[in-house]
Parts: sequence; C-alpha cells; structure tokens
Amino acid sequence: MVIDILSWVFLASGAFFMLVAGVGVLRMPDVFTRLHAAGIKDTLGAALTIIGLMLQAGLTLVAVKLALIWIFLWFTSPVASHSVARAALLGGVRPILQQTDGDGLESATESARLGDDQEGSSR
Amino acid sequence: MMFVVSAVAILLTMGMAIARGLRGPTVYDRALAVNMFGTATVLLIAVLGFLTGRPDFLDLALVYALLSFIGTIAILKFVSYGDLASTREPDPEEDWTW
Repeated sequence: MVIDILSWVFLASGAFFMLVAGVGVLRMPDVFTRLHAAGIKDTLGAALTIIGLMLQAGLTLVAVKLALIWIFLWFTSPVASHSVARAALLGGVRPILQQTDGDGLESATESARLGDDQEGSSR
Repeated sequence: MMFVVSAVAILLTMGMAIARGLRGPTVYDRALAVNMFGTATVLLIAVLGFLTGRPDFLDLALVYALLSFIGTIAILKFVSYGDLASTREPDPEEDWTW
C-alpha cells in the first residue's frame, strides 16, 4: 500500500514535469532556451516516471529492463541536447541576448557587440 | 488509474512537441522536437505496457531508445555537413564560437 502511494506520487510528478517541459518547448523564444525546457523532460520527467513504474514492478526482470532504459536515456539525452546546441551555434543561429536597460547592462552590451560583429558573415 | 494520467500527460507533451516541430523557424527546432518526441515515445511504450498488463513491450521501448538517439545524431550531422560520412571538423576561424 505504501509502495503504491509512493509510486503514484512519482508518476504524478513525472507527468507534471512532462507537461511543464511541453509548455516550455512551445513558449520559449529561441532554440537554446527550448533545449533547456526539453532537458527537463529527458531527465526529471523520464526519471520520475520510470521510478514510479519500477516501484509497481517490484524486484523482477521488468524492473531491470526499466533501469536499463533509464540509464540509456540518462547517458544519451545530454549528448543529443549538446549536439543540437552545437549544430545550431555552428549553423549560424545566435542566442537572443538581453536587450533591456536593467542591471547587468555592461555584460549584455558586450555580448551583443560580439554578436553584431559576426552579423554579416553568419549564414 | 495513475497509468492513465501518466499516459495522457505523455500524449499531451508529444502533441506540443509536434506543434513545435511544425512551427519551429529553424531546422534545429525541428530536430529538437523530433528528439523530444522520441523520448516521449519510449516512455509511452513503457507506460502502455503497464496499462495493458503486458510489460513485454519494454523490449520495444529499449530498442526505440537506441534508434531515436542514433536518428537524432544522424539528422544533425547531415544538416551540419551535408554528408553522413563526413570527417571534416568544423573550422573555429570560420564560425564564431565560445
């Protein structure tokens, strides 16, 4: 009974983080921030859902297979995110930098100036 | 019961990933959406196995996790170099990186 409740808690939080990541991917302004949102699903959403399923499965072969899926996602999703970010950056996509007049203006204008230098040569 | 909630959340996330893939202004947004859709498919297969009481579907989920990762890397390599067999390193002088 306790294990059931614990498993439901894990499954519900996994579903919550999954929806948060979906909304983030839809609403974020640029590729790099969208990657940040997608990373939530690949780590927290997948991990919590799989832990919930493992608690339901108990100590069986099913739990071992779930653990294998979890470990595989754990290793591949950062690699995939990194290669998307690297391909986007090398392909000429520039991050949206801060443009307001608030704090941290100096570093923001510095980065914006560096970005402007490359404006003409970017594909 | 909780499996249904989890499956519905995964399906909604897959729908949002498809929307991003259709809207996404650059090809990298679409690659990101495909990657996200693949991970969601793996989780959906696992949850559906428990939902229908047949956890044998987990083997399919494991194989799909392998395939989806390779597919994402292959798409990105093809987009970046125009050739899946390319061994060219990106030139740091040509492109601005940090």
